[in-house]
Amino acid sequence: MLAFTLRRAIQAIGVMLAVGIISFSMFRFAGDPVNQIVSLDTSAAEREAVRKSLGLDDPVVMQFARYFGNAAQFKFGVSYQFRQPVSSLLAERMPATLELAICATIFAMVFGILMGVYSALKRDSALAKIFQAVSLIGISLPTFLIGILLIYLFSVTLGWLPSFGRGDVVRVGWWTTGLLTLSGLKALILPSITLGLFQLTLIMRLVRAEMLEVLRTDYIRFARARGLTTRAIHFGHALKNTLVPVITVAGLQFGSVIAFAIITETVFQWPGMGLLFVQAVQNVDIPIMAAYLLMVSLIFVTINLVVDILYTVVDPRLRSTIRRPA
Amino acid sequence: MSDAVVPHRAEPSAAPARAGTGWFRRALDSDIFYSFRRSKLTMVAATVTLLFFLLAIFASVLSVQNPFDPAQLQLMNSRISPLWTADGQSPFLLGTDEQGRDVFSAILYGLRISLVVGVLGVVFAGTLGITLGLIAGYVGGAVDGLIMRIADVQLTFPAILIALLVNGVAKSVFGNRLDAMSTLVVLVIAIGLSFWVQYARTVRGSVMVEKNKDYVAAAQLIGLPAPIIMLRHVLPNTMGPILVIATINLALAVITEATLSFLGAGMPDTMPSLGTLIRIGNNYLFAGEWWIVAFPGFALAGLILSINLLGDWLRDALNPKLR
Repeated sequence: MLAFTLRRAIQAIGVMLAVGIISFSMFRFAGDPVNQIVSLDTSAAEREAVRKSLGLDDPVVMQFARYFGNAAQFKFGVSYQFRQPVSSLLAERMPATLELAICATIFAMVFGILMGVYSALKRDSALAKIFQAVSLIGISLPTFLIGILLIYLFSVTLGWLPSFGRGDVVRVGWWTTGLLTLSGLKALILPSITLGLFQLTLIMRLVRAEMLEVLRTDYIRFARARGLTTRAIHFGHALKNTLVPVITVAGLQFGSVIAFAIITETVFQWPGMGLLFVQAVQNVDIPIMAAYLLMVSLIFVTINLVVDILYTVVDPRLRSTIRRPA
Repeated sequence: MSDAVVPHRAEPSAAPARAGTGWFRRALDSDIFYSFRRSKLTMVAATVTLLFFLLAIFASVLSVQNPFDPAQLQLMNSRISPLWTADGQSPFLLGTDEQGRDVFSAILYGLRISLVVGVLGVVFAGTLGITLGLIAGYVGGAVDGLIMRIADVQLTFPAILIALLVNGVAKSVFGNRLDAMSTLVVLVIAIGLSFWVQYARTVRGSVMVEKNKDYVAAAQLIGLPAPIIMLRHVLPNTMGPILVIATINLALAVITEATLSFLGAGMPDTMPSLGTLIRIGNNYLFAGEWWIVAFPGFALAGLILSINLLGDWLRDALNPKLR
């Protein structure tokens, strides 16, 4: 157990180092940082001074060590387009993205599980067939088209919900939240649905498949023989056992939800990290791109590590297989 | 090299006697064609996909104007609604946009760009993935470990993020002077680099199984060099799953290209793909001009849905366990 945890932790550090090298190479070699800072009429001597002050004359290994040291303290340099430290830009926009991602995940879990259970229990009903068709469309429609469709329906035609922005936000410490105001909550609805739809179809299909499998097992038959109510069997016994893989998938997918928020945030002009990243790609703002890559990788690697370790804690069957040398 | 794909197929004489000769008859008699004929949905999907490809190929013949030749556009014709609405005007079947561009023609040309980027992206990803997978599986050892470790790491990141990063780096290296054609190349590379992993994993898995079989030992024994054995003997036996992945990947590549273009990191307005058209049209949605965004959106959704259906069917048809 301990050896497994250690090995996974070392792997995670290795991944972060690799991402760090990529991020550093982008920062250092994709375009000359000096040109981004000085103006056109700066003399060669002054350019040289700037180069020296940035430490660009040092050996590459030294520069990398310094970059990594700074990144570990969340210092990512200054954005080319905003002339502000990247870390404060990211911190400012992180609450928006996290609130959106969490709401989308909750939406996907609740409706995905409900729809999945229903279509497993009533396999041949018309509604279950509709769910199946919706899930195929949900996978085939690109996220941004779903967003545009929802905006057209609920904002342009019906005028019920706002089509862009976060609404009014309340500041709680350094965190800004839209969850405490009515306009903030209304603004959250469409982006959450857009972002969560893909996860919803994934969870629905998974729950349906798992439920169908569990319902065939002996202990369900035994529960029926004991005369338990159908309700207790379906929800107390069957659903409970399908939830472990569902929660795992939802957990692992949380990283991709944050990454896919790039698209949703652009459609709804949601002021989060994803929108910042897209603007950085459009305007070739390398420090923001490099920092975003590092941040997202950190989230990904952490989630993967935690899920892997939790899995061995939750499911004792895995431990024996892990001990076997791979 | 042209015969590289078929050295292990049965010779015509080995096919059932009633099959007659020629690959066409053999194709009609195959299990795959039988399962194709039995699924109506698949036949519809195949027809629609074929139709999209034909529309893209004959775009210049079918459209009423070249929408990207400014000389053919007239501002007089701007913002006309589709033909069947009250303000519709012939010959603009699906209406026109702000610059008097025929939406139908723009879709045909956009479809062409989307499919070119999608197909080339899949080909690039496939070539890269198959090559690395063959090497990893055949050589094994440290090389295998390195390639598969890279694949593992990359698999944890969504393709769209990798494609965006490749795009951003390319922009900063070449500056903002990228013209439309080189943007297309950058997109193909970005898509290829984000999708190679699946091919590599699949090929590696098959190669590990195949390389212990007698025919490989025989080939080694007669002294064939490793690259020849890999390409002409092992590779053809791994082609089934590759075909399935390539089909499903085509849908993913089209989505990725459209998403990048929609985000403003893909094809420019001067040479738009379907994604670019949707981004442009999205700006007019609030003015009530829904047709500028709706029809490119339908085209994109229809294309992806039919390719996906085709891929799902192919996966089941080629899976020996389901026969």
